[in-house]
Amino acid sequence: MTDAGRTAEAILAGDRRTLARVITWIENQEPASRPVLSALYAHTGRAHLVGVTGSPGSGKSTLVNEFAKLIRLRGGTVGIVAVDPTSPFSGGAVLGDRIRMRDLAGDAGVFIRSMASRGSLGGLARTTGEVIKVLDAAGFGTVIVETVGAGQSEVEIARTAHTTVVVQAPGMGDDIQVIKAGILEVADVLVVNKADRPGADSAVKALQMMQRLGRDGRPAMSLHRRWYDSQPRAMEWAQALLPDLNSVDEWEPPVLQTVAISGEGVEEVLDAIRSHWDYLQRSGELKFREAARIERELDLLLREKLMAKLLNRTRGGEFESMLGRLLEREIDPYTAAELLVHRGADCG
Amino acid sequence: MDEKRIRVLVAKPGLDGHDRGAKVVARALRDAGMEVIYTGLRQTPEMIVEAALQEDVDVVGLSILSGAHMALVPRILELLSNQGLENVRVFLGGIIPEEDVPLLKQMGVVEVFGPGANTQTIAQVIRHVGHSPEAS
Ligand SMILES: Nc1nc2c(ncn2[C@@H]2O[C@H](COP(=O)(O)OP(=O)(O)OP(=O)(O)O)[C@@H](O)[C@H]2O)c(=O)[nH]1
Ligand SMILES: [Mg+2]
Repeated sequence: MTDAGRTAEAILAGDRRTLARVITWIENQEPASRPVLSALYAHTGRAHLVGVTGSPGSGKSTLVNEFAKLIRLRGGTVGIVAVDPTSPFSGGAVLGDRIRMRDLAGDAGVFIRSMASRGSLGGLARTTGEVIKVLDAAGFGTVIVETVGAGQSEVEIARTAHTTVVVQAPGMGDDIQVIKAGILEVADVLVVNKADRPGADSAVKALQMMQRLGRDGRPAMSLHRRWYDSQPRAMEWAQALLPDLNSVDEWEPPVLQTVAISGEGVEEVLDAIRSHWDYLQRSGELKFREAARIERELDLLLREKLMAKLLNRTRGGEFESMLGRLLEREIDPYTAAELLVHRGADCG
Repeated sequence: MDEKRIRVLVAKPGLDGHDRGAKVVARALRDAGMEVIYTGLRQTPEMIVEAALQEDVDVVGLSILSGAHMALVPRILELLSNQGLENVRVFLGGIIPEEDVPLLKQMGVVEVFGPGANTQTIAQVIRHVGHSPEAS
């Protein structure tokens, strides 16, 4: 067996140290990670991937801690990826989500990994998707991903997870914030946490009103349904399995209240998360989601590889001299880029 | 392409309730470009070693003010080596009597920083060993 094969076997057999080590390889984009990911791929696709997103300090980590405790009580296992922001100034990061997850210490059915975003926008690190795959292959029944507390542009997690939980806290913005943030489009389950604080009821009402507004009598088209339409090749494939997704009633995201520090309401949220998972499987929408995700993944990988190859060809002496001409305003950047592309293609 | 980052677990074992110093160090290490996993107060040796394993850190920094270092440190070092983590470099900060330092170093602690230690010095020392080949 190859080294990568042995490493993959160790992960499949539950070796936590190897699991941790391979996650580091992935984060650093070390070439050694590639064959291990290839070997593990056939073992992925079993875990329920749950994203937890929402504004900074709304209680995401505290909730993840509660979810994981409950899943363990119900006999499941949990892998957790908690993403915190990398400082744009130093490239370093303080990863503090574990502070809220101390109840999970010493439990072999739980694995927690903190990740720095490393300059990637959109709440996840560039390699979070790969780390999720490894935890999935390692056999964790549920993989929970806590995003950077951004509260806006949460599309990345919605496309990565099966079920996206958006956490709000009372007094952290009004209706316009909700609209701007695009929360309703990505949420499968909406949670107003810190319900022990004043304003929770009105926050719930505001969210429910916004949901109805967007719907005018019939289900609004969610981010996902729109997304599927934009991935035509995958859709052809998925439609062969399920001819008309639009004939299936769309999931209606519930709005729930929790007090994460006491565990109040957490059971209901976990039940809603599981109902959504059942819905995805029962309705056949899971197939569409997987197809759209896979088409996008292949597309992105291809772009990355082609880009690296082409950049290699077009950088170099010609690129340098173009910089000088640009500085002197002898040429404009649009023409310069076109010229470089043409010459790069010629010498290929 | 991302370069490798030094990952450091900053932990406070024992029962004392002051983590200001640990937070200051965590921040200084972040400003020096490291990824710092901060786990909060009252960590048991078992919790610290489990976190070090899951987070695959290069360095563990312990802050101990309670005077219990001669009990806690050997226990943590032992658990680390039981888990095959003997390559993880361990640093100690807080209130440590001068006479204990040689013994702690003999046990395997790389360096002991007193309360007055300059955070930049700490970052420099950690960066140096964090990049050395033993701490792969
Ligand atoms: N009163 C109250 N405080 C809470 C509740 N849930 C969490 N908190 C507190 O809110 C603070 C932030 O909680 P976290 O769980 O760290 O929030 P987070 O969303 O993960 O924060 P980031 O990861 O930094 O974005 C902590 O001090 C928690 O103890 C709650 O239900 N009620
Ligand atoms: Mg958090």
